[in-house]
Amino acid sequence: MLGMANSLCYGEQGGADSGVEVGQETPTAGGAGFGLFSTDFKRNEDLKEMLESSKESLKLEAMKRVVGLIAKGKNASELFPAVVKNVANKNLELKKLVYVYLVRYAEEQQDLALLSISTFQRALKDPNQLIRASALRVLSSIRVPIIVPIMMLAIKEAASDLSPYVRKTAAHAIQKLYSLDADQKDHLIEVIEKLLKDKSTLVAGSVVMAFEEVCPDRIDLIHRNYRKLCNLLMDVEEWGQVVIISMLTRYARTQFISPWKEDGVFENSEKAFYESDEEKRKSAEETKPYAMDPDHRLLLRSTKPLLQSRNTAVVMSVAQLYWHLAPKHEVNIITKSLVRLLRSHREVQYIVLQNIATMSIQRKGMFEPFMKSFYVRSTDATHIKTLKLEILTNLANEANISTVLREFQTYVKSQDKAFAAATIQAIGRCATNISEITDTCLNGLVLLLSNRDETVVAESVVVIRKLLQTQPSEHSDIIKHMAKLFDNITVPMARASILWLIGEYCEHVPKIAPDVLRKMAKTFHNEEDIVKLQTVSLAAKLYLTNSKQTKLLTQYILNLGKYDQNYDIRDRTRFIRQLIVPSERGGALSKYARRILLAPKPAPVLQSAFKDRDRFQLGTLSHTLNSKATGYLELSDWPPMAPDQSVRNVEVAEAMKEWSPAVGKAKSSKSDDKFYSDSGEEEDEQAADSGSDEEGGSEGSTRTPAESENSETSEDSSQSEKSSDSGTGVKKTTTQKNKKLQQAKKPRKVSPSACSLPANRHIGDKRTAMQDVTGHVRSSLAFQVHVKPFLSCKLWCSVLAPSQVEEKPKKEVSLLDLDDFSPAAVTMTKSSILSPSVLSDLHGLSLAASSPAIQVSPVFVPVHTYELLHRMTGKGLAAQYHFSRQPCIYDDRMISVQLTFSNNGDHTLENIHISEKTSAGQNIHCFSPIECLEPEKSVTVSMGVDFNDSTQAASFQLCTKAEGFNVSIQPAVGELLLPVTMSEQDFSKEQGKLQGMNESSATIAMTPESITSQPLHRKVVNMANVGVVPSGQNNVHRFAAKLVSSGALVLVCVVQKDSGAQLTVNTEKTIIGSMLLRELQTVLSAP
Amino acid sequence: MIHSLFLVNATGDIFLEKHWKSAVSRSVCDYFFEAQERATEPENVPPVIPTPHHYLISVFRHRIFFVAVIQSEVPPLFVIEFLHRVVDTFQDYFGVCTEAAIKDNVVVVYELLEEMLDNGFPLATESNILKELIKPPTILRTVVNTITGSTNVGEQLPTGQLSVVPWRRTGVKYTNNEAYFDVVEEIDAIIDKSGSTVTAEIQGVIDACVKLTGMPDLTLSFMNPRLLDDVSFHPCVRFKRWEAERILSFIPPDGNFRLLSYHVSSQNLVAIPVYVKHNITFREGSSQGRFDLTLGPKQTMGKVVESVLVSSRLPRVVLNANLSPSQGTYTFDPVTKLLTWDVGKINPQKLPSLKGSMSLQAGASKPDENPTINIQFKIPQMAVSGLKVNRLDMYGEKYKPFKGIKYMTMAGKFQVRT
Repeated sequence: MLGMANSLCYGEQGGADSGVEVGQETPTAGGAGFGLFSTDFKRNEDLKEMLESSKESLKLEAMKRVVGLIAKGKNASELFPAVVKNVANKNLELKKLVYVYLVRYAEEQQDLALLSISTFQRALKDPNQLIRASALRVLSSIRVPIIVPIMMLAIKEAASDLSPYVRKTAAHAIQKLYSLDADQKDHLIEVIEKLLKDKSTLVAGSVVMAFEEVCPDRIDLIHRNYRKLCNLLMDVEEWGQVVIISMLTRYARTQFISPWKEDGVFENSEKAFYESDEEKRKSAEETKPYAMDPDHRLLLRSTKPLLQSRNTAVVMSVAQLYWHLAPKHEVNIITKSLVRLLRSHREVQYIVLQNIATMSIQRKGMFEPFMKSFYVRSTDATHIKTLKLEILTNLANEANISTVLREFQTYVKSQDKAFAAATIQAIGRCATNISEITDTCLNGLVLLLSNRDETVVAESVVVIRKLLQTQPSEHSDIIKHMAKLFDNITVPMARASILWLIGEYCEHVPKIAPDVLRKMAKTFHNEEDIVKLQTVSLAAKLYLTNSKQTKLLTQYILNLGKYDQNYDIRDRTRFIRQLIVPSERGGALSKYARRILLAPKPAPVLQSAFKDRDRFQLGTLSHTLNSKATGYLELSDWPPMAPDQSVRNVEVAEAMKEWSPAVGKAKSSKSDDKFYSDSGEEEDEQAADSGSDEEGGSEGSTRTPAESENSETSEDSSQSEKSSDSGTGVKKTTTQKNKKLQQAKKPRKVSPSACSLPANRHIGDKRTAMQDVTGHVRSSLAFQVHVKPFLSCKLWCSVLAPSQVEEKPKKEVSLLDLDDFSPAAVTMTKSSILSPSVLSDLHGLSLAASSPAIQVSPVFVPVHTYELLHRMTGKGLAAQYHFSRQPCIYDDRMISVQLTFSNNGDHTLENIHISEKTSAGQNIHCFSPIECLEPEKSVTVSMGVDFNDSTQAASFQLCTKAEGFNVSIQPAVGELLLPVTMSEQDFSKEQGKLQGMNESSATIAMTPESITSQPLHRKVVNMANVGVVPSGQNNVHRFAAKLVSSGALVLVCVVQKDSGAQLTVNTEKTIIGSMLLRELQTVLSAP
Repeated sequence: MIHSLFLVNATGDIFLEKHWKSAVSRSVCDYFFEAQERATEPENVPPVIPTPHHYLISVFRHRIFFVAVIQSEVPPLFVIEFLHRVVDTFQDYFGVCTEAAIKDNVVVVYELLEEMLDNGFPLATESNILKELIKPPTILRTVVNTITGSTNVGEQLPTGQLSVVPWRRTGVKYTNNEAYFDVVEEIDAIIDKSGSTVTAEIQGVIDACVKLTGMPDLTLSFMNPRLLDDVSFHPCVRFKRWEAERILSFIPPDGNFRLLSYHVSSQNLVAIPVYVKHNITFREGSSQGRFDLTLGPKQTMGKVVESVLVSSRLPRVVLNANLSPSQGTYTFDPVTKLLTWDVGKINPQKLPSLKGSMSLQAGASKPDENPTINIQFKIPQMAVSGLKVNRLDMYGEKYKPFKGIKYMTMAGKFQVRT
């Protein structure tokens, strides 16, 4: 359309114009020439008139031509006043073109540009979001420093705009303003921080881009948005995905610990740079399974589907993410997708092949099955061919080398001689890498010496030389052969190589060497410089080894060299002469001549050009260029066991302040988490190994040195943690509650049964992380598949070791496991599950004066279920409830109860829900209604009940679509508790505070079999949801818990005696105390 | 991210420039021209060129270099992918993406580039959104515009960008509701001298042309989805559904789009539909060479092999070729040494052949390697992998659309080494 429009308008313009056009087409790079300037000028006059006319169409026409000028790179700045007047024009196209012009020239005409600002300021208030957005877009694109405050204001306002589109524009504007005035950084970071919290997919990509540009080092801003970003990722537009993924890659490398250690041990082709950590911990780790941080897992899981993206950049960025973050055995999933990208455009191939080349050096196995995809086609561009060759060489191993060599044979014959030469080099590399084929390759290369093409021959000679250097003695016949070919070879490099070879190994070819020198003496003056240099060297070496035959020849050559035109050769000659021919003056060196000239030389290493590329993050510009590009952000190493203390302090504080389970958990404590869980697992295993239920110090003695070493490292980290913990301990609990409330408002994210109330940051983090994951991928089967084996492995451990409690008097760490979400989170069919939690002395944490109690996961979750509704009463609907003993996710004053509904009737039950709560004083968080329940099916939901620390039943009405049933949940006193743990000292201290009427005690007689049949603590944790406090004595068992609703401490102490036990319960809630005492008495005295 | 864009034609002239941040002098392209000179063929120009202050990332398509100027670290594929998207958009708008077309539509091009990037970061790259913002030029609209003075910038404000299905424009209306799907498979193969397959694989795409009113929700299922080894989707496809049920469920963009591209697992043996008998010889010392090529169908499942085109780059020493085809026409370019033979259909009863002699440069030694032969062909109504669409259903709209599905097999990078 425009074409015609333009030509029409050119028609009006007449011949002069077309003349200009022709003139402009002349390809003089320096511009259209001076002569044309006047015509340009004239035309601009005419444009000015058009722009100032009152006719819209004329203005538009003029603007179109102006844009045409800009596109051609012509200067149209003098039209600025005329153009800027039209900025408020109603015509949309005209307006847009004016914007184009304005953005291009505002920088040069700052004063005039200010005329337009008020128009944009007005538009920023427009009710239409798109107009607001475009106004902000143009306003922020005008690079005039004077309007920085206006821009800042506009950005701040737009960042809280209701429309996500405007907020997106604001995110873009941040970068523009930052490049205009870097002093605004602090204010901009505030805006970024705000926008990072945005939940819109539109904004996410743009704000992360701004983050990367303005403050990529402020990783702390990401912590609480991390999960959200992971979860949104799928729905962000593709360009945003690339940016977010690359930011998250960097982020994860600072926050998680390496998942590579476990399998790193048997990977020989490991990267060198983390070898050191590996060695350091190898001993400790050999037995220790690695447990990935759930957030690390979340990132991997949420990016994986993007491998299927149509956007090659997205696929590549996911691939690099997996490469840099995934456990080694999982990286393979990116192979197929990368190979798929090879079908794309040439430029895409180029980048992808480069990355594959780097990967294939380290991990041959990844791409070996796809080797055929790297076969070279004659139609490939040269750089593609070279890269494919590189990859094929990297992939070659004993098994496939014959195929590779056969393929190489075809390439050697290629018409593209540069490529053929590259192939020869590749053969050389294969030959050095795979010793079995060295001889085959050498023979093949020798055959190539009779090739007609010079470059091929030359390259062969060079490669043969390198190969021979590795084992010269066995190959004197090849050297002879090459000497024979010498006359036919004309390529200087090849001739030089042969001369060097003969010189170096002249002792292997004593007869031929002097003859070659003789020939060289004849042709010396016709040779290239490089050949002359080698001739001089050869002469010198022969003079030293065989002076009888070559003395004269050498002198002749040295004389020739002395008067050569090239100063390098003259220098060399002079130097050699001084060195080998003893003279009266400086003879000192000549005795060492032999050692200097004939020193054994190390064989050259033939290695990939991509050898060191892995120092750059894959997929980056720097990787492609193999040099650091401006603005390249280094990918940090995995944090070691004990991360930098100061950094961690910031992070820990952050973690507390921002402790928020669903939105963004404090990523900062990742490394600690990881550490703890690691050790936790170790504990498990150890328990499993020893298979003992013994407690106390005996465990300490069985510890292996490696483990104690490990625990020492843990000490470090826990210590650093202590200090931070103590400061913020109080704040923590309150903020937690707030966050909890927030979270309760978003049941979407919450998995139905995995309720947990964190008291300890570590467990809390971990557990909620898991919850979040579960909640998010609840629908996906894949997750369950993934989790189940893990769980069952845990189960196995717990079966083997019924006692999960160990005491480690010398340790100061709370070792907790991440995986303690109740089995119900995944499956309800599990029988007795011991949650594998381990705890220990908590010396350090007692510094936190406010609360020595650290909440832990339940030691034991009984599977006992209680009947809520019998199927007869419920007309087919049966309901059972079960206390999952997990902190409730809805409110931390609630106890989480799992309800299992099963339909025993013969028709589908619809809309099962709680209709009214009949009992007063109890808060109930209902489960979300079950839409339908088919016959023979059952479903499990979770709800929260605040029993107010009483055993009074919570009654409510359970309704189906048709009917309602009055039911009630009766809590046992033991279920009103949440387990906590503390150090032994703290326990005694707390106990001291709860004397008098707060203490109730009893003596129980225990039958001998009741002592031996089950460990005592097992009975206790079965009955009540208490945590185990480590004890120094074998016969004293201490347990601690807190009441869910009031948070009051409940301390239980059992002192075992010969035939009985002294039982003490301390709590300020005396009723609960006495009830608990009674129950415990019954339980403990029972056989 | 992307600072500026220069369009450079084959002769090395910059014919369009666009800056998203401060203007960068076009002299930065001198580094590009240098690289261009060094490379013998335009294809060999390296896609990424570092210069002292900038980085140039270029793509070469339709004989035009699209050179993006970058100032700092950015994933190169990000830029490359974007540039290709620009080319695709131009092609979509103007039918062809040539220098002439771009020059003729320079204002539309500028408007497009303005919308596609904001401060160098991609803003709107979905063709459906862009078409809402800027109407593609059509002859009719051009005429109307010149008469009435109306514009090609969309009157209504684009809302697509804000919707949950950003790829589909709103308020789509058609009188005939149609949805066409083309299953196109390409065979990439290398056949060696003896006729055995060195490597062969099938890459397929499903291109769709959907013209449906409103917000249709389509599901497409396959008879044998297991064939698809590796897939990549248009963003509209619901990935979870595919993972769980192997069904493509999507709200389609309006118009033409690529729904899916896939790779058929290499375990399946690939049927090679044509074979080549060749006898290309050069004799030492003689200035003549013999050329003899016969094509035949093989494993075509009874379908006709059409649009066969054979091309080969003969060795440098070949001065001319004097050949006679049994069908079709051939050309030989003595400068580039490119021999092309447009064969047409392969008739199994009468196999096409190309025979004759080549005259060689006198005195030159015989070439080491025989030329590789590239073959293009099409086989309609067949998907060589055996992929079959089971059914296509539409939800969300009341009308009955017309549905069509077409299969086609083509040669991809199909090479025969001789």
